[in-house]
Amino acid sequence: MKHNLKLVGTAVPRHDARAKAKGEQLFSDDWTMPNMLYGKVLRSKYPAAILRGIDTSKAEALPGVKAVLTAKDVPHNEDITKFGQMIDVGGGFEGLYKVLATGKIRSKSEAIALVAAETEEIAEEACNLIEVDYEPTEGVFDPREAIKDGAYLVSSEDNSNVIMRTKIQDGDVDKVWDQCDIIIENDYYTSPNDHAYLETEGGMGWLDENGVITLRVGSQVLEHYRTIAKILGVPHTMVRNISVPMGGGFGGKEDITVETYIALLVQKTRRPVKMVWSREESIETHAKRHPEYLHYKTGATKDGKIIAQQVSIVLDGGSYTYLTPWVQMYSTYAAAGPYKIPNVKIESVSAFTNNTLSSANRGFGSPQVNFAYERQMDQLADKLGISRVEIRKRNIMHNGDAMPTGFIPQGHIALEELIDKVDKSLNATPKPDRLPDGRKVGRAIAIGHMTYGRLTFMHDSSRVSIRIELDGTVTLRAGVPDIGGGQASVLAEIVAEELGLNIEDVHPFIMDTHLTPLCGTTTATRQLYMSGNAAMKAADVMRDRILNEASKILKYPVESLALGDRKVYLVNNPTVNVPFVTVVNSLSNNGGMLETIEQFNAPFTDVPNLKDIKGEVLPDLTYTCHGVEVAVDEETGVFEILRIIAGIDAGKMVNKNSCEGQVEGGAVYHSLWATHEDLQWRNGITKANNFSTYIIPTSVDIPDIETIILESGGGFGPYGAKGVGEPSDNSIAPAVINAIRDAIGTDLNLNKMPITYEKIMCACKGIKID
Amino acid sequence: MSNKIKINLKVNGENVTYEVEPQENLLRALRNNFNWDVKCGCEAGECGTCSVLLDGKEVKSCLTLAAACDGHEIWTDKGLGLNDRLTARLQEAFVECGSVQCGFCTPGMIMAGVEYLKNGGKADRKAIKYAISGHLCRCTGYIKIVDAIYKVAEEIEEGALA
Repeated sequence: MKHNLKLVGTAVPRHDARAKAKGEQLFSDDWTMPNMLYGKVLRSKYPAAILRGIDTSKAEALPGVKAVLTAKDVPHNEDITKFGQMIDVGGGFEGLYKVLATGKIRSKSEAIALVAAETEEIAEEACNLIEVDYEPTEGVFDPREAIKDGAYLVSSEDNSNVIMRTKIQDGDVDKVWDQCDIIIENDYYTSPNDHAYLETEGGMGWLDENGVITLRVGSQVLEHYRTIAKILGVPHTMVRNISVPMGGGFGGKEDITVETYIALLVQKTRRPVKMVWSREESIETHAKRHPEYLHYKTGATKDGKIIAQQVSIVLDGGSYTYLTPWVQMYSTYAAAGPYKIPNVKIESVSAFTNNTLSSANRGFGSPQVNFAYERQMDQLADKLGISRVEIRKRNIMHNGDAMPTGFIPQGHIALEELIDKVDKSLNATPKPDRLPDGRKVGRAIAIGHMTYGRLTFMHDSSRVSIRIELDGTVTLRAGVPDIGGGQASVLAEIVAEELGLNIEDVHPFIMDTHLTPLCGTTTATRQLYMSGNAAMKAADVMRDRILNEASKILKYPVESLALGDRKVYLVNNPTVNVPFVTVVNSLSNNGGMLETIEQFNAPFTDVPNLKDIKGEVLPDLTYTCHGVEVAVDEETGVFEILRIIAGIDAGKMVNKNSCEGQVEGGAVYHSLWATHEDLQWRNGITKANNFSTYIIPTSVDIPDIETIILESGGGFGPYGAKGVGEPSDNSIAPAVINAIRDAIGTDLNLNKMPITYEKIMCACKGIKID
Repeated sequence: MSNKIKINLKVNGENVTYEVEPQENLLRALRNNFNWDVKCGCEAGECGTCSVLLDGKEVKSCLTLAAACDGHEIWTDKGLGLNDRLTARLQEAFVECGSVQCGFCTPGMIMAGVEYLKNGGKADRKAIKYAISGHLCRCTGYIKIVDAIYKVAEEIEEGALA
């Protein structure tokens, strides 16, 4: 029988924390080898151009240069983008993955050539010596322009800039507009933002003694080794990534970064090669959150019931498809908000532009629509004269309510409780109109919903292996990319809990494409749900074996025994017990198997009809509510966030510190997205490419986060847990802006990011800035 | 090609001689000599991941010319943790308080915390936030990092670390 939880729910330290604190953790840039070369990428000079020719002769002649590669040197320069899914989804979801530029150059970040040289300096000099014949073209930088007939075509492979169109419809909005007592209609724009992990992309590779291209590259998707093998023209068995814990990921290390380049240079030179991107290269190159142009029309009756929500979304996919269709699905299914609305029409289109490519960023399409629909809600409330809390409570989804596709989420929906708790905390004291220093005070709440686990038509699965050692410790093997959220440690915690061991008894060996079972991607807030369940299954199998063996030793039935404190004991009389290690040795002596690998499968569905998405597309959702208090200086537009209350239903906190860490970190991650995080894109050029121009929150920009973490038990992860990683950043941005709105009493200039101090100041003076 | 010069340093208590380029920064010099705990996050003085103690004072090693450190003493997170009780205690407090997520900012953050505490910094969340404000962290939201420094500051005030 199962015992009471001892580790789960506590703040037991993560297995990797000590090494990281003591400076012993090695990251991608911390590996080196004798005879190692340094790799560099030559990027395009223009965001839009036709590549007429490349002359590499001067670069190749430079002493110390060992390889200069262009597209013609890549065995298979093109493939289909894959993100670790186990099936070919097709249906417009997979786009072109091109390694080095040919034909039309689609963005400034396009890779033209690769260089490997004896030193970094020589590699950089060689890049400067490569002569590229460009024919600059006009380009298109706004997806609304890109989808028009006759627009500049971004790619040479497609005859349209449209990546995907999709629609969700429920009821008929057009029939109910005249029944609405109030209609709120607005345009919104959400900025691209950078992940700004402190570790840039990098790593190294070498040929092992059997000719296997071996990489040490941190990646959120180990399964990219298959794509790399295809590019190199070698079997899947000949590309291995012994991956490395990442210094942050947040979706930015979900696409292939350096690994294909390193592999190609290793294949060419047969020497170890290292490549690390500078901060500037990182910000200019890796994919950004999709900028979205959103139009919202929300209709309600005077009693505050929303009866129609019409949304159209244009996503800027940037230069290549990558994860755009998936992100678009997330934006589209979430666009109506976590509200029960009888008539919904959501249409979305994504398009290529000559901007930096767009792909995954924490929240994956959810925060963009969340910003817009939560801005709508406060305007609706005020126009109707209903409180902003009440308007939400009158419309939120409860258990049993369907989403616009008709899918009824089976996990618990805690929105009402979250709203009540956050509101009570935020308004525990009456709001002052102004602070003693004269600044206006504003308060707001916002709610959100976001899936955890991948879209169900991706047929997601994960595998975890455990082996019990003869001294009673446990080796856990899992191909789980650890990006810092405790993705690996929580698996050890689950196994230790289930086998009645201490946390230090279980050690995770992780992230080797060919020696650890593949856990799937560390994306989509899926690892606790997917790999946690796989670890639970593996532990269950081993626990049964242990209990059966112990039953023979103790001569009591299996049902009367439990595991705990490194023992198997009789539940009714714990003094009758046998040490775990004794049982393990007995099992081994009797030919029992001390190792198992188990797989967990998410629900599988078919690829939906994109013209009218119906039914289940996701496993379950996590619900959030953020409360914010700000003070605004009306003379300057400068605001200060005085309080952030971050509410979430985590289902169950498996590790208290890790869960709180996600909720706190998530709130801060998007606290300044709407106002400060501006990449300053100007016609395809990223002006803000370092931390002095691209502003992320520092410790003095944000208050202490007050967390309210509910444990409804209503999730599908282990112990009823839901995923928290991405949902944690979901409803904070509209809460910040709505709090500013509450302080200054106007919606002017607050719908289009970046909502700068200047825009806020002008709003206070009634000056419109578009 | 190379104009390397020799500099004598005391790094983590050990006398060493590094060969460095005249323009090389201390970050590169330390990393080229296997001090991997000194992280490179931006190499422009903006993120704080490369912080070390130079003659007891916290500096961003990417903004410090290696050649100018000739004859000086440097401690990094790893070295100091093995030799200094307060640093070891702060490292452990980071573990206990859940202050470590990806861990990339952690060595630099600990350097900032150590300097704050060694200069008599109190258990004052606002002051601690200012002390670490030159260090970026994208994972934690800073809360649990402040918790750890606060906890050790309290222990010092209570005499527990005397």
